[in-house]
Amino acid sequence: MNGLEFLQNYWWLIISLVGAILVFMLFVQGGQTFLFCKSLSPYTDLITASIGRKWELTYTTLVLFGGAFFASFPLFYSTSFGGAYWLWMAILLSFVIQAVSYEYRRKKGNIYGARFYETLLLLNGLLGCTLLGIAVGTMFFGADFTVSKSNLLDPGQPVISQWGPLHGLEAIADWRCLLLGVTILFFARTLGALYLQNNVRSDHKFASAIRRAVLVNGLIFAVLFVAFVIVLLAQRPIYLTNLTTLWWFGFLFVLGVILALLGIYTGAFTKSKAGIWWSGTGTILVVLSLLAAAGLNGNSYLPSITDPASSLTIANSSSSEYTLRTMAWVSIAIPFVVAYITYVWSKMNKGGITKQDIH
Amino acid sequence: MTEIANVVDWSRAQFALTAMYHWLFVPLTIGLAFIVAIMESIYVRTGNARWKGITKFWMTLFGINFAIGVATGLILEFEFGTNWSNYSWFVGDIFGAPLAIEGIFAFFLEATFVAVMFFGWNRVSKRFHLVSTWLVAIGVSLSALWILVANAWMQNPVGMEFDPAQMRNVMSKFSEVAFNSVSMNKFFHATTSGWCLAGVFVAGISYWMIWRKRNVENARLSMKVGSWVGVAGILLTMWTGDGSAVEVSRVQPMKLAAMEGLYDGSYGQSLVGVGILNPDKQPGDSLPAMLAEISIPKGLSILANHDPNSFVPGINDLLNGYEYEKNGAKIKVEGVDTKIERGKAAIEALRMYGTAREKGDSATMKASLTQLNKDYDCFGYGYLSAPKDAVPPVGMTFYAFRIMVMAGGFILLWMFVTLLLSYKYPKWLGNRWICLIGILSIPIVWICSQAGWVVAEVGRQPWVIQNLMPTNAAVSAIPASNVQTTFWIFAALFTALLIAEVSIMLNYISKASQKPFA
Repeated sequence: MNGLEFLQNYWWLIISLVGAILVFMLFVQGGQTFLFCKSLSPYTDLITASIGRKWELTYTTLVLFGGAFFASFPLFYSTSFGGAYWLWMAILLSFVIQAVSYEYRRKKGNIYGARFYETLLLLNGLLGCTLLGIAVGTMFFGADFTVSKSNLLDPGQPVISQWGPLHGLEAIADWRCLLLGVTILFFARTLGALYLQNNVRSDHKFASAIRRAVLVNGLIFAVLFVAFVIVLLAQRPIYLTNLTTLWWFGFLFVLGVILALLGIYTGAFTKSKAGIWWSGTGTILVVLSLLAAAGLNGNSYLPSITDPASSLTIANSSSSEYTLRTMAWVSIAIPFVVAYITYVWSKMNKGGITKQDIH
Repeated sequence: MTEIANVVDWSRAQFALTAMYHWLFVPLTIGLAFIVAIMESIYVRTGNARWKGITKFWMTLFGINFAIGVATGLILEFEFGTNWSNYSWFVGDIFGAPLAIEGIFAFFLEATFVAVMFFGWNRVSKRFHLVSTWLVAIGVSLSALWILVANAWMQNPVGMEFDPAQMRNVMSKFSEVAFNSVSMNKFFHATTSGWCLAGVFVAGISYWMIWRKRNVENARLSMKVGSWVGVAGILLTMWTGDGSAVEVSRVQPMKLAAMEGLYDGSYGQSLVGVGILNPDKQPGDSLPAMLAEISIPKGLSILANHDPNSFVPGINDLLNGYEYEKNGAKIKVEGVDTKIERGKAAIEALRMYGTAREKGDSATMKASLTQLNKDYDCFGYGYLSAPKDAVPPVGMTFYAFRIMVMAGGFILLWMFVTLLLSYKYPKWLGNRWICLIGILSIPIVWICSQAGWVVAEVGRQPWVIQNLMPTNAAVSAIPASNVQTTFWIFAALFTALLIAEVSIMLNYISKASQKPFA
């Protein structure tokens, strides 16, 4: 492996890790989907006070995911974002409405009323998770695009990446991508319930409603996840090859699945509130190993259905060696960032969220 | 109009819409973060609970504004991919790095400590809270640093080389990309303008409270901090603005000519202080450029080159080519028609290189690469149809520049007056007319700030990357109707959110100022 190949692999792992952390942080979105649940609606203020203190981190992880992809694999940024226009625009819109909702919801003079902002949070929870899952689904199951760098030489039509006429809407209609989207949605709901169980200090009714939410959503997730894995391995056998060839990722995948299920079990059937940490760690391991398998070992992480030669691999879509190396130096800061986030998180979460924190 | 031209126009409109909305909130966030941090520092240092109340009052306004700034910022980052996909490939190797660094160093700092800032009063110690507030302020400025580095690089592409095999530009020197004189100047100009804006905002709201006799002492103390920050901000903005003019003259002379409505340059060029452009004037015709003007002799030469007798080229000079003398040496600058020819030659050389590479013809590869390197500095001109395409919208750039300078002049004067009154003549602060001017200065400083960005961004047209890529080569292959639809969706959404934000702010200021700050 030469220097460039090493750096491409290194950056793909970083992207995979950031993507994995993003999926874990979707517990915020998952928690938002409980806002209109009958059994939890009396606790709306508590729920928003709890997950509302973490939304910036999810948001920032999404921004970092985009920025890191741009810096390390610009051809993906150019091809997927510019091509699946409607899909990405819908994702952006769903996140924009979240950013203001926590801040404006209970403020006087917010014009549209608290319910309006809660509806926006619900929409962000439902659409944000599902659409992100669909977008990632295109990386597993392929998309309708071509890349021709020589187009740059035609001043009349210089765009190098061309996508199909539906510009991302076709991915939403693809049942395999939709399956992944819905799987992510239910997992985010499970994680959201586990986080609330861990963080909110309330009465017995809340505790039992949350426990039920963990169980129901966890079960639906488990069924959907199994279906997704079967479809993925059946339609893209290369993933089975990659997870066995790169056996340590295969191991992390299995370990992650076990931890995720352990977290669901802990949240649904025991008195422990640590389910979020088991499932959270499991999430990171599963997503990390799946995304790693998507890009490593010469696999095309964004296959083109239209023109296989246009498929994106980490080798043909990466930044130059100089940029990847420069950014690798920058990435040394990531452990420090994780350290201060962890420190502040533990300080701010100490004692959990009670009614006193609402005001 | 062709489909691609239509897409370019709507993509530009959408990006401008997002950027202008974003820039409504961001400068206030940049400046208010520091003001709040200063106020909290006074509280921690003195232990005076009054300052805690003052800090919390302005911190709440910061929070209302912060969220919507974050929201619009997310869209801007992703629009580089969704609407400018060709750009993302052509320079993604260079442009993506500052965005990623911004995420790692700045956004997480803000996102982590902003939670402590708002919800940590009873959860962490006084000092830890203060450190968190300062870290948010630093994070906000770091964020500005990296996005402005990225923006400055588009206006002054340095620290890079062209990779013909990949048909894109690649970074060759990170330090040059990040810390060149244009980027540093732009960073300080934009962030200090944020201090200025926030200073005027704090002073303006304080004037209103004094006028309505609400929390008068708290308002007066807030005004002192606000006016100090405002004075520092406007002075530094003007200083760096002078630096900006020199840099624009060096790397974007067409922008400077458009800012001045200057068609035919000269030695010892005067500066139009106030003027009305001739709307019928076109490059190359004999019509006067101005219908009326009051000029400052040699002003533009001083502004652009810090030399009263230096030559400043006009639009016609830049289009047709010109010759000037500097330090006794004659310097010849080629016209846009020549640059277009060279740009087309560069594109053709790249095509030949690609064909030869496929055939393994190393001799042709070498020859075409030599030709490409010779003409690469004009690569983007190859996408232009005619020399006039290289001229930015003169009217908008000219008037936006004047609005910015005049509003900036007023703000300078007003901040000094406010500082003087708040220390020496506090009784005057209650004067109705002074309060009214103080309140009116709030929209004026926002107009000033927006006009500055119009000058910077409209004035650089048609370039998305100066001389290397025009906007029409940077877009995504999407139908114009799609972009048109998202434009209107964003316009409706941003406007609705802006209305809500202003309403919440006004409501909060009105309600919170009626009772003692706590």
